[in-house]
Formats: sequence, C-alpha cells, structure tokens
Amino acid sequence: MLIYSLLSGVLFGLYFSLIGLGLNLVFGVMRIVNLAHGDFLMLGAYCAFWMYTLFGVDPVYAIPVAFVLFALIGLPLYYALVPRLLAARDPEMLSIILFFGLSQVIEALSTIAFGTSEQSIPGSELGRSLRAFVGWLAGHDIESGPIEVFGQSFPSAWVMSAIASLVAVAFVYFYLYRTRTGYLTRAVMSRRDEALATGIDVHRISAIAFGIGIALASIGGVFAPFMLGSITPAMGVDATVTSFAVIVVGSLGSPLGTVLGGLVYGVSYMLVQTYLSSWANLLPYLLLIGILLVRPSGLLGKRVRLA
Amino acid sequence: MAPVTAAFAILPSVYSNHLLLFNFVVFLTLAQGVNVIYGFTGYLPFGYVGFFGAGAYGFSLLVMHLHAPPVLALGAAGVSAVALGLLLTPLLRLSGAYFSIANLAASLAVLHFISNPNLEPITRGPYGVSLSGVFNPDLAYSIAVAVMAFALIVVVYLRNSRFGLALQAVREDAVSAASAGVDVVRVRVYAWLISSVIAGFAGGVYAWYVSVFYPETVFGSDYSIFAIVFALFGGVSTIIGPIVGVVLLYGVYNFIGFSTPQYFQLIYGALIILLVLFLPQGLISFVKRRGVDVP
Repeated sequence: MLIYSLLSGVLFGLYFSLIGLGLNLVFGVMRIVNLAHGDFLMLGAYCAFWMYTLFGVDPVYAIPVAFVLFALIGLPLYYALVPRLLAARDPEMLSIILFFGLSQVIEALSTIAFGTSEQSIPGSELGRSLRAFVGWLAGHDIESGPIEVFGQSFPSAWVMSAIASLVAVAFVYFYLYRTRTGYLTRAVMSRRDEALATGIDVHRISAIAFGIGIALASIGGVFAPFMLGSITPAMGVDATVTSFAVIVVGSLGSPLGTVLGGLVYGVSYMLVQTYLSSWANLLPYLLLIGILLVRPSGLLGKRVRLA
Repeated sequence: MAPVTAAFAILPSVYSNHLLLFNFVVFLTLAQGVNVIYGFTGYLPFGYVGFFGAGAYGFSLLVMHLHAPPVLALGAAGVSAVALGLLLTPLLRLSGAYFSIANLAASLAVLHFISNPNLEPITRGPYGVSLSGVFNPDLAYSIAVAVMAFALIVVVYLRNSRFGLALQAVREDAVSAASAGVDVVRVRVYAWLISSVIAGFAGGVYAWYVSVFYPETVFGSDYSIFAIVFALFGGVSTIIGPIVGVVLLYGVYNFIGFSTPQYFQLIYGALIILLVLFLPQGLISFVKRRGVDVP
C-alpha cells in the first residue's frame, strides 16, 4: 500500500512536472503569469481527442502534432499580447488579468465549438501503434494491460506519460543549457535589461520561449484524458492551479526545480489520498502557502520574492 | 457616493427584481473592497472571496449555534473576516504574482476546510447552511446598502487623508515611503484588514439575504475575479471607477449572461484583453487624460 502510493505519486509527480514546465518557462523568461496555461492544456487534450475520434490516430502521434501546432500559435500570440503588456506600469499584475481574459475567451470558444459534454479516450488506445511495433520486433503480440514497476502494477498510460514527461524535461534542459538560443534565454531570465543592452533580441527569445511554453502545455493535454479524467472546456482552471502549485514548490527558471516540485506534489498528494482521503484536496493549497512563506524562493531557488 | 447610496436605497420600490439589485449592491461593495487593497496598495487579492465566505460563515455559525440576532451576527461576520485577514498577514511579505497566487490558494484552503465532511456538526460541511429562521430580505437589503455606504466612505477617506496618501506612496515606492517616515508594514496591514472587513460584512449580509447556501456559493472564485475585473475596468484608486465598472459590466452580464453564458464569457474575456492592452488604468483614464480630475 505504502509502496504503491509512493510509486504512483512518482508517476503522477512526473506528469505534474510536465504540466508545470511550460508555465515555469514563460514566467521565468517574461515575468508574466500565464493564467491561460491550463486552457492550452485543454486544447491539447481536444487535439488528441479529435485526432483519435475522426481518424483513429494513436494519441502518441498527437504529441508532435500538438507541439508544432501550438508552438506556431504561440509566436504570433506573443507578439499580439506581450510587448504591449510589458510596456505598462505593472506588467506582472496586469498579466494575471490579461491572461485571465484570454483564458475566458479560449474557454468560451471551445464551449461553443465542442459543447460542454465530457469526452474521453480509452486508456488502451495510448501507444497502440508503439505496442504493435514492439510486438513486431519481439515476434509476438504485446498486451495493453498494466505495467509492472517494482512489483506493483500500474495502468500503462501512467507509465507512458511519466516517460514522456521525462523526455520533455530533458528537452527543455537540453534547450536551455546546450543550445545558443537557450543560452540567450537564460540571459534574459536572469537580467532582462542587461540582456537587452548587450544586443540580444529579447522579444524573439521571449516569443520562442512562449511558444515552447504553450506547446509543452498542449503535450500535457495529450495525456490529460488518461491522467486527469475526462476532458471538458472548463478543465483549464484546475490544471492552471495545479501547475502553479508545482512551480511554486519547485522554483523558477530551472526545469529540475519543476521536476522536484512535481514529485513533492505528486507523492504527497497520493499519500494523503491513501491515508487521509477526506483532507486530500486541502493539501495542494496548504503546501503552496507553506512553501511560499517558509522558502519563498522555492526548494531549489536563488531568487527572493519578498516585497 | 451619496447619490449611489440613495439610488440603491430607493430602487427597490421602483424596480421589482430585488435579487438583482442586491447582487449589484454586493458587487459594488466587493469592488470597493478590492479597490482599497489593490488600488491603494498594489496587492492583487485573487482570493478575496475568502473574506466574503468567512463573513458568510461567521454570520451563519452565530445564528445557527447561538441563535444570535442577525445584526449582532453581522458583527461576527466582520470579526471572522478580520481574523482570517490577521491569519493571512504573513502573505503580505510576498510580492507581485506570488501574493495573488498564495491568496488564491488560501481562499481555496478555507473552502476545503469548511466544506470538509468531518466538520459537519459545526459548519454543516458540504451540505450547506440553512438560516430560514432569520430570513428577512428587506431588512438585509437595507443593511447591504449601509455596508456599501461604509465601503464608499472608506474609499472617500483614503482619497482624502494622510493615511490614504501614505498607502499610495508605499504602493509607488516602498523604500522611499519608508524613508519619508511611513511605517510601511503597519499601513499595509491596516489596508488589508480594512478591505477584509468590508468583504466580511458583505458576506454576512449575503448569507442573511439568501439564507440558504453552499460552501461553493460563498467561496466561488467568480466573486474575487468579478470584483477585481469590475474595479479594474472602471479604474482603481478612484471612487467612481469601480462603480462605473460594476454598473456597466455587471449590467452586461445580467443582460446576456444568463441566456448564453458562453457568449458573455467570450465578450467579457475579449473586453478584459482589450482593456489591459489599451486602457490599463481603466475607463476612468479616458477622462483623466483630458485633464479632468476624477474623484
């Protein structure tokens, strides 16, 4: 029981860090709060859902499609909203309200387009084609049953989204620490005005980070039907709050901090769920406030957030 | 201020939809409460509804368990909101978005605490509160108008006093304000508690007026967000800005919001985006830019 809840906490924790990753990147680079983060996740979930329903496509293939699609949406969206916002007197506060407005628009449009009924994708569909491929290599069929991890069995979708999250974290880490654009991105993160003064095209760097941020949210959305339950246009708000809890527990700017935040969140959520289930939904909020007050810069943070 | 109070005191005898008028009064009060904390100190309270809910439950607990008369219970509503405000003062150490998010988390934590089934003997848990014994919408409406007048008086005071000036100085630049002799921490805490007591009274009178409600009703994030958007739409740190915002936006909401909520949501979201991008100081800044001084 204890081992089961610990391990499922780790699997969910990795998924939660995938959800928080994009938000962390956007906040770290632009110092703006993307309250519409969860709504991009919702759109990613619908992207996978429609690809599955209309063409019977394995949701695994929705990952690259969603990534490219949302990165391309993110670039013009950045130029439409953010430069004007950053020119205002109090961009950090106004961004909360601006992106709240954006989240309302997205939610309203998706309600008009998709209706309010709950949709889902059967869990066995995720990775169907991968299984077929592995089965062809191994010479026999692979069942879509649960996967054993350390003697405990979990739905295969949980394990697959945990693996996808690890890949996404590795991708962001590689981008930030091993590419030239990532190097410039880190420069903008640490000192925006000095980065501007040294001739870095701050808006181009930020636009790319914004695109990657919402593309990561949409990937989180592809797995949402398997991890968060059925999808509706209104699911974005909860996803946003969860991602905030995750990135605040971790710390800003570093993808590893987000992973740590996700793991702390996931494991403590599962533990409370198992042993004190009636108080479980209180936990994320208390964790969030507690961490903010005790260690305002997050578990791995260097920055100070005090007034 | 006097015209608004007078208008809402007289309107019930002219216009028959009392609930709608009552909601207007509640939002006018909450928008002014947000104005006190956001307009004058720059802290954006995303979990402002926590005080509203605390007020509603403070009122209900006294009425349910001690059978207190409603007016006395209203005092308890204010006290419980201030108690929550005091409990949350450490949040004021956080800056910017961190404060807003921690405040949102705090209001959700209070919601989940109160609606916990284990507390059913005390708060009725998730099953909601029923106060049919003290049901008296006419009196509750009058008191709500009085609470709104109180909120307006507070904002008028802040606009015209040394204390309000000190708050605005701290909002602009805390370090300079401190070196000019303003006790930064103290004025912030005062503003925070004042705005919490306004929401607490509003919550108490709301509980009295509707008399049957669930935890999700009085802790719904819609209250915080509506109040913030209304205040910002009109223009914060003025007296009439939030009033204009509530009358226009909540008016639109009641006009189309009930029949086609998603279209209202769309218009409302688009309005917010345009507002932040083009008029970040609210509608009032239209007039202000032309050199007219707005109270």
